Amino acid sequence: MSVLPLLDVGLALLVVAVATWTMAARDLFASVLGYVAYGLLLALVWVRLHAPDIGLTEAAVGGGVTGVLLVTAGKRLDALKAATSGAAPRLRVKILAGALSALVAGALAFVVASLPTPAPSLAPQAAAAAAGPGAGLGNPITAVLISYRAFDTMLEKIVLALAVLGIWSVGADAAWGGAPAPLRKARPDGAMVLLAQILAPIGALIGVHIFWVGADAPGGAFQGGALLAAMWMVAMMARLVEAPRIGSRALRLALISGPAVFLAVGLAGIAMAGSFFAFPPAFAKALILFIETFMVLSVAVALPMMVAGPPEGGQEP
Amino acid sequence: MTATPATTPGGFLLVLAVLLPAGGVLLSFVLGGRAAGKIALGLTPVGFGLACLVAMKVAAAGAPIAYAIGGLPPPLGIALRADGVSAVMMVAAAIIVAASAFYARAKFVMPEGAPESRGALTFWIMIQAIWAALNLIFVGGDLFNLYVALELLTFAAVPLVCIDGRPETLRAALRYLLFALFGSVSYLLGVALLYGLYGALDISLLAQRVEAAPMVWTAAALMTAGLLAKTALFPLHLWLPPAHANAPAAASAVLSGLVVKGSFFLALRLWFYVLPGLPTAAPSVVLGALGALAVLFGSVLALRQARLKLLVAYSTVAQIGYLFFVFPLAAGAHVWSPLGWSGGLMQVLAHAFAKAAMFLAAGLVAEALGHDRIAGFTGAARALPLTFLTLGLGGLSLMGLPPSGGFEAKWLMLRASAASGQWLWSLPILGGGLLAGGYVYRILAPALADGEVEIKARPQRSREAVALGLAVLALALAFAPRGFFDFLEIGRPSVSRSAP
Repeated sequence: MSVLPLLDVGLALLVVAVATWTMAARDLFASVLGYVAYGLLLALVWVRLHAPDIGLTEAAVGGGVTGVLLVTAGKRLDALKAATSGAAPRLRVKILAGALSALVAGALAFVVASLPTPAPSLAPQAAAAAAGPGAGLGNPITAVLISYRAFDTMLEKIVLALAVLGIWSVGADAAWGGAPAPLRKARPDGAMVLLAQILAPIGALIGVHIFWVGADAPGGAFQGGALLAAMWMVAMMARLVEAPRIGSRALRLALISGPAVFLAVGLAGIAMAGSFFAFPPAFAKALILFIETFMVLSVAVALPMMVAGPPEGGQEP
Repeated sequence: MTATPATTPGGFLLVLAVLLPAGGVLLSFVLGGRAAGKIALGLTPVGFGLACLVAMKVAAAGAPIAYAIGGLPPPLGIALRADGVSAVMMVAAAIIVAASAFYARAKFVMPEGAPESRGALTFWIMIQAIWAALNLIFVGGDLFNLYVALELLTFAAVPLVCIDGRPETLRAALRYLLFALFGSVSYLLGVALLYGLYGALDISLLAQRVEAAPMVWTAAALMTAGLLAKTALFPLHLWLPPAHANAPAAASAVLSGLVVKGSFFLALRLWFYVLPGLPTAAPSVVLGALGALAVLFGSVLALRQARLKLLVAYSTVAQIGYLFFVFPLAAGAHVWSPLGWSGGLMQVLAHAFAKAAMFLAAGLVAEALGHDRIAGFTGAARALPLTFLTLGLGGLSLMGLPPSGGFEAKWLMLRASAASGQWLWSLPILGGGLLAGGYVYRILAPALADGEVEIKARPQRSREAVALGLAVLALALAFAPRGFFDFLEIGRPSVSRSAP
């Protein structure tokens, strides 16, 4: 009975320790590893806080995709020796940054400790409403994301597409329309290929499962899509598949299919249910799953394209 | 304060105003190439019409119009609301976006059969995304929904900075991104605290619940700091001059005229709509003082610039400072508050039009002369009369000389500072005008002097006319009728709960 609180304290201390180590590490690669570990520990924290949906997202994005992104970026920085020779921040700047962080952390610690208990929350209302008129789902988080907060979710997926375009736009003019550089330059060894051949299909299956159960259980479009994205990246690292050309119509359609379908269904809501982004109760669940299918596709394509980076082939700027 | 119903007649226009450019973004992304430019240009008159319709509906109702998305009202659902200032800002945004898009045709509309280019696709998609984000910022009624709008704005604005692809543009864009991301995180942290305290994100629900508590002040400080970083208020202005000076002219006009106003608008929403019940005198003075420092530093630095675009960008730093006088001059429910409020909003509009005009004109100068070094302008006004007329008229509004929107704004602010006995604010208001006179003179004096310049390419008359049109609008604001200021008051909370 008394073991769990102890474990929680241990977990909290570990998170702080890993965070400190991540910042203190001299080596870029070590720092990235620390960051990935930090993301995975945070995922555990969310699970302990009874927020498994956030835990799944944190593990997939904070630990997984961001980790690969940072490792890839680090590798490319190593290749450009000039970029790594920038001067370290001066002591003045370090002290200022430290003082600012301490101030914000202190203020947050103070006010979070003085939060009202129990905290006012819309969660019970959302849980009650999830099964009701707006959605008809068992997982209130999915209901909130796709029904009550439909507008936010749709716009966030547009932000995701803009981020991909923003990353492409820093490439060279001559390379426009071409494919991003491979995630690994060298030929991968047999172990990596074998791992990818075994892991990717299983991971993809789990990703689809997480999306599918998301209507009624923890999981959903973003988590499922992130897992599919990770599997695509594993396959790309093993050079089983290559990154697609950014000029490809199919790639662009996949990237925007999530927000586009969401927007179209949202507009149709005014005819079907009398309001933008309203779902007719009779087939709300079916519509939500329909939208989510395309959201999974968009997330699964957007994240690896962000990691893959701008198109290559022309002159380095 | 009477509560606005969740959905009013005409409320669906607000959703359309956001979805129209958002849909344009998605369509442009798939079709790419030439289609992207056609879609963006084709949407501008429709979007302008929508903004005018919204303004007419608000004027007809004499009250804000609103829409509960999905028929699900707050607190669980998201509401959009347009009051007088929202409608005016939507119209202004539509005009400036349309003018910049029209101006950009020369650079970014691709010839028949040419392959899709990096700069063109980025420009046309991002300008539509900025438009969607701004419309949402102007009508958003939910603090988290507004966070999404801010993210949309940031991710659309940053890539515009590095369209030219030179190393210094990439550096400027990266610096902008870092400041903007700090702003996003800080704003979101504050929103999370407010939700943790009151269990609501809707602006009008929060306004009824907030009380002066340490947690509310912490949330307000975090959100404000984040918004100031995005608005580039001194001392968080360091990213702005390189970013705005390195973007293509059409993008600079939108970035300087509109994008920084987006985050400023949210600061207004926060302090005047979410927190009107708080004793805001002290934070208002802090914001006003930062504004005064911005006016001083921005103007002095503008005086020292050798390049026209950098001068115009530093002038933005100074002009943003004026916006923040609205906090000490309009806070609370005093007789002078409407004066301060009108003055602040007038400054937003006057600077938006004048600065967009000046950036477009600066772009024409750079194209015509092949450079934008002020020292090399000798005699340029004779070769490019319309363009230098635009720079002069825009400068007139920046200085605050009559007849111009800039004069109207400063006059209203001066009257508010006199009426409220806060005469100290009149010093930066007047001093900034003198300094602006100095840097505008620096542009015009060599251009009007005798001399010969080599014209590399004569600018198209239509592009010169677009820039001049915006400058004329900045002047025309001086003739805004009384009804215009009454319109700006529609929906402004009148602090009935705890008037000091």
